[in-house]
Amino acid sequence: MNVRRDPLRSLSIPTVSVQSRLVSGPVKSGGRSSRGMGALQSLPGNPEYLDLAEKTGFSFEQIKILHKRFKQLSHNEEALQRDHFNAIPDLACNPIRSQIIEAFFDRRNFRQNGEGIVEEIRFEEFLLVMSHFRPPSLHKIEEQRDSVRREKLKFIFNMHDTDNDGTITLEEYRHVVEELLSLSEGLEKDTAKSIADAAMLEVASISMGHMEPDEFYEGITFEHFLKLLNGFEIESRMNIRFLNMDTTTLCK
Amino acid sequence: MPSRTGSHRPAGIGKSLSERGLLLLIVLVLLEGSVLPLGAASSPDISHKEDLDKHKVPEENYTKKAFPVLDLDYHHVHTPFEVSLWVLLASLMKLGFHLIPRLSGIVPESCLLITVGLLVGGLIKLAGEKVPPVLDSKLFFLCLLPPIILDAGYFLPIRPFMENLGTILMFAVVGTLWNAFFVGGLLYAVCQIQPANPSILHNIELLPCLLFGSIVSAVDPVAVLAVFEEIHINELLHILVFGESLLNDAVTVVLYHLFEEYSGAGTVSVLDCVLGVISFLVVSIGGVLVGAFYGILTAFTSRFTSHTRVIEPLFVFVYSYMAYLSAEMFHLSGIMALIACGAVMRPYVEANISHKSHTTIKYFLKMWSSVSETLIFIFLGVATVDGPHAWDWTFVTVTVILCLVSRVIGVIGLTYVINKFRIVKLTTKDQFIVAYGGLRGAIAFSLGFLLDENLFPMRKMFLTAIITVIFFTVFVQGMTIKPLVELLAVKKKQEAKRTINEEIHTQFLDHLLTGIEDICGHYGHHHWKDKLNRFNKKYVKKCLIAGERSREPQLIAFYHKMEFKQAIELVESGGGIKLPSAVPSTVSMQNIQPKKPPTAKPAERVLPQLPKGREEEIRKILRSNLQRTRMRLRSYNRHTLVADPFEDGFGDLLMKKQKMIELEKKIHDMNNYLTVPAAPPDSPTMCRARLASGKDTDFKPAQQHKGNTICPDPQAYSMKPTSDSVPTIHVDLASPQSPDSVNVMDEFKRASKKRDEEDQGLMMRPSTGLRHAGEADGGKEQQKLTRCLSDPGPSADEEEDEPFLP
Repeated sequence: MNVRRDPLRSLSIPTVSVQSRLVSGPVKSGGRSSRGMGALQSLPGNPEYLDLAEKTGFSFEQIKILHKRFKQLSHNEEALQRDHFNAIPDLACNPIRSQIIEAFFDRRNFRQNGEGIVEEIRFEEFLLVMSHFRPPSLHKIEEQRDSVRREKLKFIFNMHDTDNDGTITLEEYRHVVEELLSLSEGLEKDTAKSIADAAMLEVASISMGHMEPDEFYEGITFEHFLKLLNGFEIESRMNIRFLNMDTTTLCK
Repeated sequence: MPSRTGSHRPAGIGKSLSERGLLLLIVLVLLEGSVLPLGAASSPDISHKEDLDKHKVPEENYTKKAFPVLDLDYHHVHTPFEVSLWVLLASLMKLGFHLIPRLSGIVPESCLLITVGLLVGGLIKLAGEKVPPVLDSKLFFLCLLPPIILDAGYFLPIRPFMENLGTILMFAVVGTLWNAFFVGGLLYAVCQIQPANPSILHNIELLPCLLFGSIVSAVDPVAVLAVFEEIHINELLHILVFGESLLNDAVTVVLYHLFEEYSGAGTVSVLDCVLGVISFLVVSIGGVLVGAFYGILTAFTSRFTSHTRVIEPLFVFVYSYMAYLSAEMFHLSGIMALIACGAVMRPYVEANISHKSHTTIKYFLKMWSSVSETLIFIFLGVATVDGPHAWDWTFVTVTVILCLVSRVIGVIGLTYVINKFRIVKLTTKDQFIVAYGGLRGAIAFSLGFLLDENLFPMRKMFLTAIITVIFFTVFVQGMTIKPLVELLAVKKKQEAKRTINEEIHTQFLDHLLTGIEDICGHYGHHHWKDKLNRFNKKYVKKCLIAGERSREPQLIAFYHKMEFKQAIELVESGGGIKLPSAVPSTVSMQNIQPKKPPTAKPAERVLPQLPKGREEEIRKILRSNLQRTRMRLRSYNRHTLVADPFEDGFGDLLMKKQKMIELEKKIHDMNNYLTVPAAPPDSPTMCRARLASGKDTDFKPAQQHKGNTICPDPQAYSMKPTSDSVPTIHVDLASPQSPDSVNVMDEFKRASKKRDEEDQGLMMRPSTGLRHAGEADGGKEQQKLTRCLSDPGPSADEEEDEPFLP
C-alpha cells in the first residue's frame, strides 16, 4: 500500500505549559521533580498533587476524587490494566468500548510525544488521558481556543488511527463505523461499510477537491480531519463535568 | 408565475407602488365591511331569528310579493365574514410588506404590523365607529395563541433545549420572579414617594403593583419569535431567550392568579406563599404531564393511521389543542402543555405518518402560526387606539426604566450563578443579547385586559403602561437588536448543512463521553442521556412506532437521508456538471479504495457492477427513504417555507440554462471516461410531453422531474454511462406514490428522456451558472438551492430522527 507520510503529522499536541495556563486551580511554576506514586497514595490530598495539577489542569479536589476512583477500579493496585476497564459494568453496553479502553493505553494520549501501546497505566497516565476531557475555561483567547480544539480533535483522531501512521485509512474508518453500529441489532455489515465509504468520499472531496480517476486518496490526515470537522464545535462539546464531590460510593 | 417575478427587480418599484395603492384600497374596503355591522345588532342569534321571519313572510303572502332575486342579508354571515376579513387583512399586509423593497430588511415585521393596526384602529375611530374589542382575552388565549405555541413546540430543537434546560429554567423561573418582584416592589416605592400627584398614585397598594410587575415582566414568546427569527442568531442564544419565554408561562400564570386573588383579600400570610410555591409546581409539572400524556396518545394513535392517511394531521392538531384546553381547564400552564405535547409526540408521529401528512402538518402549523402572529400584532395596534387610556408620565416612565434595569440586573446576576455550573460559559456578549432580547408582547396585554375594573381601579393606567412597555421593547429593542448583533459580531447561526462525518462524530462523541463518565464514576448528563435513549429504544419506540423503523439507529437514518439528498443534487445538477465541494462527486470510489485489482477494465472501473443483492438493497433504501428523506433539510423558520426558484427571473434562467448546456458539453469533452450517450434524443417537446403525461403531480415545481440513479458510488452514475447494459434505478420523486414507483430500467432506453430531465433540472437551478465564477459564492448558492430543491423543513437537520431526548 502506498502510504504517504504527512509532513504535518508531527505536530505535537499542545505542551503542558499552554495547558497549565488554562488551569483555574493553583499552579506554581518551578521544576518539581515528580515523586513516586507510592508517596502520592500514602498522602492523598496534600501538595504532592501539585505536580499532577500542573500537568493536567485538574484541581486538587478533582484529582483526589479521580484518584479514589482509580484505586476503586484497580482494587488498590498501582496500575490499571485492560481487564479492570472491562470489568466496569456501565461500560458493557457502550458500542465503542474497546476503542475507549485502548485510548487509555495509547502513549500518544499521554502528552509526551510517545508512541505505541502500554500494558498498564499508572494514575498519572490515567489523569493525563482524562485531562483531554477537561472543559476549557471562560477567558480563553482565540489562540488557546484553537489549541484546545486541536488537542481534543487529536485525541479522537488517535482513536481512529489505530495503526498510528498518521492517516485514517478507509479500513480504519470502516472499523469505526462498524463499532459504532455494533450494538444495534438487525443490521448487515454492508450498511456500516457503505456509510464509511460515503463518509470517506466526503472527506476526499472536501480535502482534495477534484481527483483524477487514477489518483488515490490514502486516508484522512490530521489536517484534513481538522478541516473536516470545522463546523463541529468540539471545544464546547467534548467536555465532561468533573465533579468536586465524591461519588465513588455510588458506582459499581 | 411571470407576474410574481417582477416584484423583486428594481423595475418593479413602480408596479409595487400601484400595488400599494391597491392594497390601501382593499384595506379601506375591509374597514368598511368590518365597521358597518357594529352599529347594528351583532348577535348571531338575532340575525338568525330575522332570517327565520323573512322566510316566514313570503310563505304567508306568497302571491303578493315577487320572489326576491337578489337579497341582501348581511347579518346572516356577519361573524364569519368579519373574521375572514380580518384574516384577509392580516395576510394581505404580510404580503404587502414583502413587496416593498428593503423595508422588511430594516424594520421587523412585528413593528410594521403594529403600525398597520394603529392605522386601522385610527381609521375606524375616524369613521366614528366603536372599535371592536379585538384583542379580547378569550379570543387571544383560546384561538390566537395556541397555533403559535404548538408550532414552536412541535419544531422545538430538542437537543439544544435539553442541553441548556438548567439555564433556561433559571432564567424563566428565577429571572421572572426577580423581575416581577423588583419591578412591582420598586414601582410601589416610587408611587409612595411621589408627593406631587397624591390623588392617583398614592392610592396604589403593594399587591396590585406586584400583580402589575408579574404581568409586565414576562418575556413574550410571540414577540421573541418574531424578532429573533429575523436576526439569525446562533442556536444557543436563540434557545436561551426563546426557551425562557416559553417556560416562564407557568410562573406568570401562578403569580397572576396569586396576586389577583390576594389583591381582593388584601393580606398575604406565610401560608399563602407556601401555597404559591406548591401551586407553581403543580401548574408547571401538571402542564407538562398533561401535554406529555396527550403527546403519547397522539403517537399511539398515529401508529394505526396507515389506512386513513388523510386525517393524520388532524390528530396532531386536535390532540394538541385538547392538551392546551385540558391544561387551561385546571388553570395549569397551557403553554407548557402544548410545548410538551409537541415535543413528545414529534419523533414518534414522524416515524409513523406519511410524508405527505408531515408536509401538511408543517404547512398548516406554519400558516396558522403565521396568521395568528400577524393578527395579534395588528390587534395590538387596534387595541392601542381603542384605549381606554390613562396616561401617567411617572408611572409609565418608571415602569419602562424598571423593566430594563431589572432585566439587565437579573441576567447578569443569574449568569454569574449559572456560569459556575455551565461547561460552556456565557460570555458578556451572550448576556447582553439575552438581556436585550427580553421583549414583551401580547400575552402581557391580554393578561392586563383580563383584570377586573372593579377590583383594580388602576386598570386603565396599567394597560397604558403595559402597552408602552410592549411598544418600547418591540420597536426600540426589536429594531436595534439586528444592528447590535452585527456590531458585536455575535456568532450567527451556522447555515452549513451537516455532513455525514459530523454525524458520525456526533454519535461517536456521545458514546465516548458516556464511556468516560462511566470510567470516572460520575453519573453525569451523558450517562443519564444514554440510559434514557436506551430505554426509549427498547420499550417506548416499540410501543409507539409501527413497523421496522422503530429499530433503526440514528446514524443509519441519517445516512439514508444523505444518500438520498446527494442523489437528488446529482440529478438536479444535470449529472455531468461539477458539484459543490460538500458532495463527494469529484472524487469517486476508486480514489479512496485501495487498489487491489489493477487489471480492472476502465469501463468497469467507472461503473462498478451492482451485485444483485446490493441492487435490491438500494431499491429498498430508496423506497423507504423517499417517504422521509425529503422532510426537512432546512433550518427552521416559521415564515418562509420555500424559496421560489422562479423568483430570479425567467430570462436569467433561460440564459443560464444555455450556458449550462455549453458547459456541460465542454466537460463532456474533457472528461476522459465520459461519453455522450449514443442514442439520438427525442425532440425535447416530445419528451416533455411524455414526462408531463406520465407524472401527474404538482407537489412542488422544483421537484417535478428528477431522474435519479444511485449506487454506493454516486460518481459513477453521475456521468452518462458508456455501457448500455448497466442497470440503474430510476426514481421519480415527483409522483405522489413515489416510494413505490421505483423502477429499474435500462438506462440506455431512457437516455434521451434523461437528457430532457436534465434540462428540466437545469431550469430549476438558477444558481448553477455562477458556480464557476467564484467557489465560495457557488457554495452558498448551492446551499440555497439545496433548500429550494429539497422539501424545505421547518427544522434543522440535526433534529431529524433524534432520539426521544438528546
